Amino acid sequence: MDGTHGGEKTKSRLCSICNQRRPALKRPKTLQQICRECFYVVFEEEIHSVIVNNKLFKPGERIAIGASGGKDSTVLAYVMSELNRRHNYGLDLFLLSVDEGITGYRDDSLETVKRNEIQYGLPLKVVSYKDLYGWTMDEIVKMIGLKNNCTFCGVFRRQALDRGAALLKVDKLVTGHNADDIAETVLLNILRGDIARLSRCTSIITGEDGPIPRCKPFKYTYEKEIKLDYFSTECIYSPNAYRGFAREFIKDLERIRPRAILDIIKSGEDFRIATSTKMPEQGTCQRCGYISSQKWCKACVLLEGLNRGLPKLGIGRTRGVNRNDDQHNDAKNIQSKPCGSLDF
Amino acid sequence: MACNGTGCESGCYKDSTGDEVEKSSTEKLNGDVNGDGNHHRHQTTCLKCKAAEATIFTGGEGGSRFCADCFRSNLYGKFKLAVTSHAMISPTDKVLMAFSGGPSSRVALQFVSEMQLKSQKNFDATAIRDRSLPVFGVGVAFIDETEIHPITCTDFNKAIEDIKEIVSNLSPPKKELHIIPIRNIYSTKTSDGSETLKNLINTVSDATGKEDLLSHLRMLSLQKIAIENGYTKLVLGSCTSRIACHVLAATVKGQGYSLAADIQYADARWEIPVVLPLRDCLIQELNILCSLDSLKIVEEFKDSRGGINGLVSSFVKLLQEENPSRECTIVRTAGKLTPFPFNKIPDINTDGDDVHLASQRRHKKFNLKPIESLPPDSFCPICNSPIRDFQSVTSFTNSQTTPALFGAACCSSCQYQILPEELSSMEEFYSFLPQSIIARARNGNQKWIREKIQDCLILDDEDEV
Repeated sequence: MDGTHGGEKTKSRLCSICNQRRPALKRPKTLQQICRECFYVVFEEEIHSVIVNNKLFKPGERIAIGASGGKDSTVLAYVMSELNRRHNYGLDLFLLSVDEGITGYRDDSLETVKRNEIQYGLPLKVVSYKDLYGWTMDEIVKMIGLKNNCTFCGVFRRQALDRGAALLKVDKLVTGHNADDIAETVLLNILRGDIARLSRCTSIITGEDGPIPRCKPFKYTYEKEIKLDYFSTECIYSPNAYRGFAREFIKDLERIRPRAILDIIKSGEDFRIATSTKMPEQGTCQRCGYISSQKWCKACVLLEGLNRGLPKLGIGRTRGVNRNDDQHNDAKNIQSKPCGSLDF
Repeated sequence: MACNGTGCESGCYKDSTGDEVEKSSTEKLNGDVNGDGNHHRHQTTCLKCKAAEATIFTGGEGGSRFCADCFRSNLYGKFKLAVTSHAMISPTDKVLMAFSGGPSSRVALQFVSEMQLKSQKNFDATAIRDRSLPVFGVGVAFIDETEIHPITCTDFNKAIEDIKEIVSNLSPPKKELHIIPIRNIYSTKTSDGSETLKNLINTVSDATGKEDLLSHLRMLSLQKIAIENGYTKLVLGSCTSRIACHVLAATVKGQGYSLAADIQYADARWEIPVVLPLRDCLIQELNILCSLDSLKIVEEFKDSRGGINGLVSSFVKLLQEENPSRECTIVRTAGKLTPFPFNKIPDINTDGDDVHLASQRRHKKFNLKPIESLPPDSFCPICNSPIRDFQSVTSFTNSQTTPALFGAACCSSCQYQILPEELSSMEEFYSFLPQSIIARARNGNQKWIREKIQDCLILDDEDEV
């Protein structure tokens, strides 16, 4: 898949793959001009070879597809069920959704997931913040305001997905993180100096030592192509979506050199990081039993704050405890950083 | 970075201000960004001397405030700490200062010559005693790239006059100035280096690739000047901001493996080791010093960066405005990547002479942990980046190099952005390459390969031990 170069100019007016039909689109990843039929074929086969080359699944495994109702996960659900059928992966697939309880946003996207359930014939499980934590995001925002609410949502979602996956008794969880997401994470980890996360953020499978490993079949798939797959006529930039500096930067890079996204991922994989740079030891939360590097897991700390009416608890860097050992204990430093929604 | 450094205590020519500044100031530079709130009381006094009024504010909001004197000594302190703690300049050295005319290399030039002056005074004061250290030599190199970036004749002449003036106005001893056109990388026998160079650059279609190739040629040119004139170190003025840009640019170009080699204080993979004494100084600080001390800058050759490099520069600039410690964080993150064995100044094994012993005694090399990583398998003949990929290593057993073999020996980044895709243009490109690059492809990075096996060689005097 890396064999194709960007910037190639197609001389003929025929699809540069089949050489028969007229090209209908310019592939964002390679700038090749290809027809719609060939696009679907290369798109799906690329993901198939990523799955095979990285040995992501074993026959007979139960796999949960993290489904948000967004484009990435909708395409993921389609591609997973299609490839499972076409190439006889022998997987039991499930859709797993998290209902954060955001009126007007999540209820809409849950409708999409329910459509996917019917369309692809995949059983759907929805876990809600309300059921798991007793709070909806609407209620949390009402209490803490718009600042920092992403911290809650990110921490809760991560755990909710794991809990839902455990309920479904699945072996693995696949998420729709695409190449742009991973490139962005590489840059953000450089920008904030997080060498431990930098060393593992490009792994296609994470959390193999944890309860449920997660994998990213779209690791090398461009966001633009995922959108192209279903929404080719729609503007690829949703006007209201928040894009950070890093995201903007990646889009700019892609514009002048499509290959840059893959190159960032390659860099992330190739960085010489000493094996001694480890993530903190993982234990279990004394309160809920979820994996945690500290006494209580992040979700329990945040929840305790909410329930006690001290919503600032657990947000931002922990001061005081670690202040004196900053130089001696890098691991502690890493622990005290908020994971945010960017962590996966 | 120098952030963890304690004050420099190298014995030579102690000046009371320079040495103590580092600790406190770096603490401020890095610590205050978190907004500790401790320093809000004396808003206008200098954070260092706590007496004079602060007139210089670095690092934007929450940054440090200095009076002019403290600012100057703080900045010089960072430079000095980098030099002494990484054994960048030893008394027997003859260093070549790469001068582009810009603020970074201008400050580096100033600092190197200040250091030389101090060392000279030190020498004069102790000359009667035995073990006195010789004073290191300094030369200045300016690479004239007008063949690639043409400027008007008047501008050029004015700029050259300015450079000559800057160098001649530096403190004694007198420094030799080499103004060398970049076409000199072609051996003197080839009469028309200029045409060949232009052709070479023109065969590269990618804008970023053109820029990067030119900077590789610039290094080649500097190395050549250094070798021909007996210099032992090459000093570059690369500052934190520049290095931060390089970190991101290299990441974007897929050079994650070799990145660690480029951003260390010392880089001895070259024939003449390269050192970066301004690695811990921000461009903002260097600009302030230039205007504070009216250090003349030559603007005529200011290069505008385009393509990927340009995007990265403006991105980093934006980030730095949003958070004044961002560039430091980027460089610190990249600094945690495992460096290569050649990222330190090799110990000089000059038959145990007194000078070496004395200089070792006086050089405090702290933070210098041995680098326990395996040397790379090969180096890219174009950019001299270490390559890990086994498949791309091609051996040129019969010392024959063809364009195809040459291409295969290059790193994937150069293959993409510099080498032409089509075979015919690749052949053209190859024919325009300077001999030194082709030799690098044929022989590998000989210097380093020799060093790589040195541990295995039994030296004569080692038998007895």
